[in-house]
Amino acid sequence: MQETMFIDPQRCIGCRSCVAACRECSTHKGYSMIFVDHIDRSETTATMPTVCMHCTEPTCALVCPADAIKMNEDGVVMSALKPRCLDCRNCVNACPFGVPKYNTAMHLQMKCDMCYDRTSEGLKPMCASVCPTGAISFGKYEQIVPLRRTKPVNAHVFGNQHVETKVYLMLPTDETEVNIDGCGVFEGRIGLTGEQQAQTGESWIDTQEEQSDKSNEF
Amino acid sequence: MSKVENLDRILEQFGPHLHDAPDGGWAADRVIDNVVPTHCPYCAVQCGLNLLVEKNKVVGFEPRYDFPVNEGRLCPKGVTAYLQTHHPDRLLYPLIKRNGYFERASWDDALDLIVSKFQEIQAKYGKDAIGIYSGSSLTTEKTYLMGKFARAGLGTRYIDYNGRLCMVSAAAGNNKAFGIDRAANPFADIPLAEVLIIAGANCAETFPVLNKYLWEQRDNGGRWIVIDPRETATARQGDLHLQLKPGTDVAVANGMLNVMVRENLIDEDFIANSTNDWEATRTVIEKYTPDVASQISDVPAKKIEQAGLLYGRAKTGMIMHARGIEHHTNGVNNVLSYINIVLATGKIGEPGKGYGTITGQGNGQGGREHGQKADQLPGQRSMLNAEHRKYVCDVWGLPEEELPEAGVSVVEMFDKMREGEIKGFFSLCNNGMVSLPDTNKIRQSLENLEFNVNVDFFMSESSRYADVVLPGTTWAEDEGVTANSEARVIKINKAVDPPGEAKTDWWIVCEIARRMGRGKYFNFNSPREIFDELRVASKGGNADYYGITYEKIEKQNGVFWMCPTLDHPGTPRLFEDKKFYHPDKKAKFHPIEYKPPAEVPDAEYPLALTTGRVVYQYLSGNQTRRIGFLVEQCPEPYVEIHPETALALKINDGERVKVVSRRGEGVFPALIVRTIRPDTIFIPYHWGEQLAANQLTNPALDPISKIPEYKACAARIEKIHSRELPILGRNRKGASLSEVRRGK
Repeated sequence: MQETMFIDPQRCIGCRSCVAACRECSTHKGYSMIFVDHIDRSETTATMPTVCMHCTEPTCALVCPADAIKMNEDGVVMSALKPRCLDCRNCVNACPFGVPKYNTAMHLQMKCDMCYDRTSEGLKPMCASVCPTGAISFGKYEQIVPLRRTKPVNAHVFGNQHVETKVYLMLPTDETEVNIDGCGVFEGRIGLTGEQQAQTGESWIDTQEEQSDKSNEF
Repeated sequence: MSKVENLDRILEQFGPHLHDAPDGGWAADRVIDNVVPTHCPYCAVQCGLNLLVEKNKVVGFEPRYDFPVNEGRLCPKGVTAYLQTHHPDRLLYPLIKRNGYFERASWDDALDLIVSKFQEIQAKYGKDAIGIYSGSSLTTEKTYLMGKFARAGLGTRYIDYNGRLCMVSAAAGNNKAFGIDRAANPFADIPLAEVLIIAGANCAETFPVLNKYLWEQRDNGGRWIVIDPRETATARQGDLHLQLKPGTDVAVANGMLNVMVRENLIDEDFIANSTNDWEATRTVIEKYTPDVASQISDVPAKKIEQAGLLYGRAKTGMIMHARGIEHHTNGVNNVLSYINIVLATGKIGEPGKGYGTITGQGNGQGGREHGQKADQLPGQRSMLNAEHRKYVCDVWGLPEEELPEAGVSVVEMFDKMREGEIKGFFSLCNNGMVSLPDTNKIRQSLENLEFNVNVDFFMSESSRYADVVLPGTTWAEDEGVTANSEARVIKINKAVDPPGEAKTDWWIVCEIARRMGRGKYFNFNSPREIFDELRVASKGGNADYYGITYEKIEKQNGVFWMCPTLDHPGTPRLFEDKKFYHPDKKAKFHPIEYKPPAEVPDAEYPLALTTGRVVYQYLSGNQTRRIGFLVEQCPEPYVEIHPETALALKINDGERVKVVSRRGEGVFPALIVRTIRPDTIFIPYHWGEQLAANQLTNPALDPISKIPEYKACAARIEKIHSRELPILGRNRKGASLSEVRRGK
C-alpha cells in the first residue's frame, strides 16, 4: 500500500466527524479509535486529531509480552490479536502518542488499524473519507504533499526515543505575517484542471522529496 | 386548550431519549440488501451519502465519493443522521390530546377531527383565522404544496415558513441589488478566489463541508478575511480577523469600501455600464473612513485598512455571508453594504469572482422559491403582482378571486395568534418553541389557540402544545428535490418505508385538503406528480425549474436553476454577461448608513448577547438532541464569557450563572474563553424550555425582511452561587437537564 495518512492540525475544525465515522467501520464494532482534543479551549478554538501514527518500529508491539500486536506487510500496525492479548496494558502505557486504548468490556486492546478492512479493498479509511477540511487525508505522498503549503514530517523525538512513522504530520511553514499587497503567491489557475496545472510546472517530486527529507529530521 | 400539562409523561413517552447504535446493535456481519445514494438531511451543503439498507431498515452509511460537492466528506451530524430513522422516539401513529394526555388515534379520526375543527373555525371567524407555518428542511415539492395548501386548500392568507428566521435578509438584499435571489456562484469558484471575505459565518461549525473548498482556496495561496465577534474556528484559521462589536457590520463594510475608493481599487467601467446609484452611495461611503468605522465597530482601523487593500488589490475575490450579518434589525442593510463592495469592485459573474449567502437549512434555497413565503408564489413570483397571480391561478385552475392576499411574517403571525386573530394553526417542519425569539411570548401564542395541529416525526417542544400530532416521515422515507446553497437542485431518494403508521407529509396535506372538499387541487399520488406541476408553475419565473427532471438531476449530479427548457444544462454561475435582473438589466447600489441594533447595552444590561450554533446540533435540535454521539459532544447550552468580564463578575469556569435580558432569564454554565469580545457573550440556541437561549433574545424585526434580531440584544449576568457543575464537568454522558433519559 503506497497510500498513507496525513494529519494537518491547522485545518482541524474540531467537528469530530472522524470520531463518529470511525465507529461505522464494520470491524470496529461501534468503538471509535480516534481522538480529537481541544488544545486549550480557554485560549483558542484550536483542536488536534490523533490517529495511530503506525510507527515503523512500533513501541506498542515492542513492549507486548505476548507478541499480540502485529504489523502487516503494508506497515499498518493492527489491533491486538484477541487470543493473545493478556490484558496487561503495556502498550497503552508505552505508546508515545497515547493511541491504544484498553477495552474493558471486550478484554482487548483496540487501536486504529487504518481501517484495514477498507484500505485493503482500495477504499479510504472512514476518518479520512469524512473529514470536511482535509485535516485527516489519505493518499499517496506525491498526490497530497504537492497540493499543500505545509511540511510533511514523520520523525518524532520523545526524549531519547526517536520514532519514525508511516503517518505524516503536516507542520505549518514559517510565514508569520499577512501580505497586504495581494497574493503574489496565488496559484489558482482559472480554466486549468489539476492535471493540466501539474504539467505546467517542473517535476515537483524531486524538489518535494529533497525538502521533506530534511524536514523529517529535528 | 393547547397547554402542556403533563410534561413528565410526554418526556417519558416521546423523549428526547438518547439512541446511539444501528438497529440490532453494532455488527460486522450485516447483509446489506440495498445501497441508496441520497443526501444528508441537514445543512445546505446537501452532502451526498449512501444509506445502507438491511431488511427495510437503514443500518448505516457509506461515503458517496462520486458526488462532486462533498466527495464523501460529512460532518458528525451527517455521519450519525441515519440513526434518526429507526429511533425509539419516532412517532408511529396519529395522536390526539385528550385531558392533557396524548392518546393514540386512527388516521380517520385524527383527520376528521382536524377537518371539522378547521371548518368550524373558518365558518366562525373567517378563512384567515387559520395560520400555516411551514419549513425549509422539506423537499421543494412539499414547500410548493404547502403554499398551494394555504391558498387553494384552506383559502387563508396566513402562511409563512421558518426560512423567515434564516435567509430572508439575504433574499431581500439580493432582490433589491440584483433583482434575483440566489447565490451567484457555484462552490467550485471558491478555490479560484484570491481573497475571501467571510462575514458572520462560522463555516467550521455550521457548514463544515464547505471548508473543503475554503482550504482548496488556501492551498492555492488564497487569503480569508473573517468578520465575526467571536474567534471561531473559521476566524482562527483565517488571515485577518475583524472582531467587531455585534451589529456594526455596516460600519466595517463601508470602511473597507472607503479604503478601496480612496486607493482607486474600484472598477469604474463596470460601475458605469452595469450599475445604478453609485454617486449617492459613494457620498455615504466617503464618510466611513477607517477611523470612523473603527470608532463604531471597535475593530482597529489598521485591520479595516488591511482588509480593504487585500480584497481591493486582489484580481479575484468572493464575499460570502451568513446569519451573523443577516439576523439583525439592519439585516438587509448589512447584506446590501457587502453587495456594494461586490459591485464597486466589479468582482462578480466570473470564475473566482462572486458573491453569495451561505444558506442555512438543507433546502433553504429551494424553500424560498415556490410559494410558502407569506408574499410569494411559485418560481419566485410575487403575491403582489397581478400578472403573477393570474399565471399561477391558471396553472392551479383556481378562480382568481379565490386567491388570498399576501400574509405576514411568522413572528407577526404569532403576534396575531396571541391577539386572537388567528385561532387555528397547522405547522410542519419547524419548532418555534426553540427557534423563535422570546420563547415566553411564543408559548402564550400557542396556548391561546383554539386548535393546533402539528406534523413531525419526533415530538418537538412545539408539538407538545398541539391538539393533534400527526406522524410524518424522515428524509430517508420519501423522495423529492432540494436546492443546496449554490442553487444546485439535487434529488433525495427513498431508502425505506415509513415505520408504523407514519405517512409522508405530502399525503397528509393532500388528504386534509381532500376531506375539506378541495381535493381537485390536490390530486397527487407521488412527489414526481407534484414536481411536474411545480415545473409548470415556476416556468417563466426567476426560479425557473421547467427544464429540470428527476432523470436530469441523476445524470448531471444536480442541476443549477434557472433551467427553462428540457435541453438546457442549468445555470451554475449568474451574471456572466454582467446583466442583472432589474428591468434595465443593471445592478443597484444602495447608500447604507450605520444604525445601531434595536437594543444596545446600557447600565442595567451592560453586555451584548449574541446567539448561534454548534457543530453537533442542527437548528432546533429536534433531530439531533436524540442522538447519543452528538449529545455526548455537546449536552447542553453554555454562555461564552471573556476572562476579563468573568473576573469582574467573579465567575469561575463551568459555574452556572443567570443570564438576564428584558424578555426573560436562563441559567447556563459559563465557558470562559479569550475567543470572545469582553463586551459580548454568546449562547448556542438549539435547546428548548428553560435551556432556550431565545428566552432572552429580542423579537425586534428588520423592517424589510422581518427577520428577528437574534444576533444582538442587551443582557446582564448574575452570579447565583450555584454548586451544580455543568454536565460536561461532571462527565455525565446524558441528556440535558430538562430531558429525561431512557435506558438503551
